[in-house]
Amino acid sequence: MSANTRTQTATAMSHSQSHLTQTRLEKTWVPWVPNRLSKRRGSSVPQFTNSPTMIVMVGLPARGKTYISKKLTRYLNWIGVTTKVFNVGQYRRDATRAYNSFEFFKPDNAEAMKIRKACAIAALKDVWEYFTSEQGQVVVFDATNTTPQRRELILSFAKENSYKVFFVESICDDPEIIAENIKQVKLSSPDYIDCDKDEAVADFLKRIECYKLTYVALDDNKDRNLSYIKIFNVGSRYLVNHVQDHIQSRIVYYLMNIHVTPRSIYLCRHGESELNLVGRIGGDSGLSARGAKFASALQTYVRKQSISELKVWTSHMKRTIQTAEALGVAYEQWKALNEIDAGVCEEMSYEEIQENYPEEFALRDQDKYRYRYPKGESYEDLVQRLEPVIMELERQENVLVICHQAVMRCLLAYFLDKSAVELPYLKCPLHTVLKLTPVAYGCKVESVFLNIEAVNTHRDKPENVDVDREPEEALETVPAHI
Amino acid sequence: MMLDNEEYLVDACQRELTQNPLRKIWLPGKSGHIAQRRVCMTNCPTLIVTVGLPARGKTYISKKLTRYLNWIGVPTKEFNVGQYRRECVKIYKSFEFFSPDNEEGLKIRRHCAMAALNDVRQYLSVEGGQVAVFDATNTTRERRGAIVKFAEQNGFKVFFVESVCEDPDVIAQNIVQVKLGSPDYIHCDTQEAIEDFMKRIKCYESSYQPLDEVLDRDMPYIKIMDVGRRYLVNRVQDHIQSRIVYYLMNIHITPRSIYLSRHGESDLNIKGRIGGDSALSARGKEYGTCLRKYIQEQNIKDLKVWTSQMKRTIQTAECLGVPYEQWKSLNEIDAGVCEEMMYEEIQEHYPLEFALRDQDKYRYRYPKGESYEDLVQRLEPVIMELERQENVLVICHQAVMRCLLAYFLDKTAVELPYLKCPLHTVLKLTPLAYGCKVESIYLGVDAVNTHRERPENVSVQRSTEAALKTVPAHF
Repeated sequence: MSANTRTQTATAMSHSQSHLTQTRLEKTWVPWVPNRLSKRRGSSVPQFTNSPTMIVMVGLPARGKTYISKKLTRYLNWIGVTTKVFNVGQYRRDATRAYNSFEFFKPDNAEAMKIRKACAIAALKDVWEYFTSEQGQVVVFDATNTTPQRRELILSFAKENSYKVFFVESICDDPEIIAENIKQVKLSSPDYIDCDKDEAVADFLKRIECYKLTYVALDDNKDRNLSYIKIFNVGSRYLVNHVQDHIQSRIVYYLMNIHVTPRSIYLCRHGESELNLVGRIGGDSGLSARGAKFASALQTYVRKQSISELKVWTSHMKRTIQTAEALGVAYEQWKALNEIDAGVCEEMSYEEIQENYPEEFALRDQDKYRYRYPKGESYEDLVQRLEPVIMELERQENVLVICHQAVMRCLLAYFLDKSAVELPYLKCPLHTVLKLTPVAYGCKVESVFLNIEAVNTHRDKPENVDVDREPEEALETVPAHI
Repeated sequence: MMLDNEEYLVDACQRELTQNPLRKIWLPGKSGHIAQRRVCMTNCPTLIVTVGLPARGKTYISKKLTRYLNWIGVPTKEFNVGQYRRECVKIYKSFEFFSPDNEEGLKIRRHCAMAALNDVRQYLSVEGGQVAVFDATNTTRERRGAIVKFAEQNGFKVFFVESVCEDPDVIAQNIVQVKLGSPDYIHCDTQEAIEDFMKRIKCYESSYQPLDEVLDRDMPYIKIMDVGRRYLVNRVQDHIQSRIVYYLMNIHITPRSIYLSRHGESDLNIKGRIGGDSALSARGKEYGTCLRKYIQEQNIKDLKVWTSQMKRTIQTAECLGVPYEQWKSLNEIDAGVCEEMMYEEIQEHYPLEFALRDQDKYRYRYPKGESYEDLVQRLEPVIMELERQENVLVICHQAVMRCLLAYFLDKTAVELPYLKCPLHTVLKLTPLAYGCKVESIYLGVDAVNTHRERPENVSVQRSTEAALKTVPAHF
């Protein structure tokens, strides 16, 4: 008997024991008698992280390590891999009251070296805590980690605890990029809060020099058994070594698709639809009169913005396509941008859902992110479906995405780093364009209402989410409609 | 203040949209629609150029990449210069042909490369191909320069794929697997063939100029080192190149097998109904038991088991008594309004739909449902993970299994929806040389036949009997 079948089968697994039950919330089939055979219920994609993984940044200051750390963490969390950043600089700021000057970073400053090493170790301890108590799956260890000794320290720590390690080294020798970097994120750092601009820049450049003295990049020969990606000059070239598993492969793919070219992403919903007017969800209806007006106003808005080489994307549903048609420019249809499939509740009003499926309605309010409509989808499913859209948005520059309420919530949550709890309640009203512009470590949002009235389709979480609540309590937060 | 979009229509208010009856795609009613059906991955065609000494896996990569791109819907074709050479020089004598001082040989080889490039131009510019894979050694800077020039003249993007390997074991294995069976060595014994081939490699070595980090820094390329242990990726220009890089970084050549099977026979299967989420029939459960036995006998190392999120595949996996993973993307094709109907009922309620489906089963989308084409897109991450993995058993559904099988066996969109994937039969796929060996194992438990052949009459005016002619028997 193979090792596979030796495990788990001690319990007399009679072969008619394929007795399954469907979880009420996520609608996933699980064994009636719990066993450990079916892993990770509820999610639409298997979890491919077995051992916890440490992503370790490497690079001189102002090489984009923190930018990459934060962005990667945001992406991983969005696709459902619990990830956290540990920025050693933050530990250092907490340990040393006030930052004086670059002298702190001189390699011969014994006192400072002690503090810096202690900070790294404190951070590692918190990493251990995160993996152990908080069930985190990935940690991004954001520090310069520019010496083999420091990296060896981390590798030993990881080995002791059976964590996988993947290094991300950012190498850049373009002085313009570094200068831009310093301007964007260093000048406003707590370290330089009381300095004038030129002082800060001068000091920071000297800080970089301190690191250069002891910087040893990952070595193609000596480090050939390590797993890493080297990013050269903000992505014009990559060296990828010994990718071990699925999550590392996904990380590499993501890192190779992001860029720092300034651009804006415009998110909006289709114009108001016929079904919107009567308070019904889903379906494939056309635009109402006001919806058509919005499409026209959108065209005006887009033209005024004077966007260079704007790409326009829609779903496969009539209402987004009609909206795009009004723009008079080429657009691409993505099936992946279709609205969440409400299954048996398609084209129902909330009142009808309460009448016909009161339990479902309550379950949805209990956990709106994981709740899957019978024969339909959940927000969790939506995120998986939208991942290729996000990946392509990262590759692109100026894009206008004309989509739907639930879809827009998912995309917005990605850009604004919203949790699974917040995501399904993000406000994405009709006839409002959200202009997202990456800035520093995050995203600036401008909300532009194009001044065409529309129904409100946003239903807040009601107070009572019990399955035995009264219909009035269930329908308390349903927005007005015809 | 105009947008930079060429196809700008001045008169852009509310064109009527109609839904294409086959694909259920909304398009502007009149002429000149500017909406593209799905993400257009390439604007100008792309020329992928392999680089590397003989026996470095260039043809393996070329064929595999071509298969993948075609499967995801990017028309791709490979052009193997060695093939052109074989057609030109009918009989291969020896490695001497490849000697760098063989003027005659060099002339012929250059001519063959040109002929191949001409066919590339024909494919990309005239025949509507989107990607061409130019499979040759292309080991000199001069040759690559000529190709880049050719591409520029024709408006093609270029992306180089270089395979570098110095591991003698890997090279020896390569020679055994694919060179010994080559037409060049059809009349040689093994020892002779190997010796000659090694000398052939030597002929290329002295003039080999690998892609250089400095000299080629503006060239888009991926350098694959040591069969995927390390990659150098330079200047990826666009979406398709990014997908190609991702794919190349996920494939491996470690021997393994992929087992494809459907769930055991279900209650709806017996009734001749499609879709739904029913449980296994008694025979279906029996199949689960037999599958367990089969798996045990196969003694597969570290087998991963995947199912869909539908009851019938999970029940089947439960019978195996080993851990398994659920993928929603492995769910059966969504038949929309036709879910849980019998073919007879579909013919009765939706005769037009039924006929359209027979006309183009690959692109046909059920009303409020999916098409095979949609399925392929949804299955792409599954294929990508299958490439990463080693031994895997996938318990899925008829349409899904057809899509996966088409990927492994390089079947076209026309053949795909009619591939035979009967119940209670395991297909064991083992990569071999440039392709895939298939073993079909029927596990001896009876089941209904769910395979409906394309009927002769696919016209929307056909009679009911003509439509239902090929419906398999059921209760």
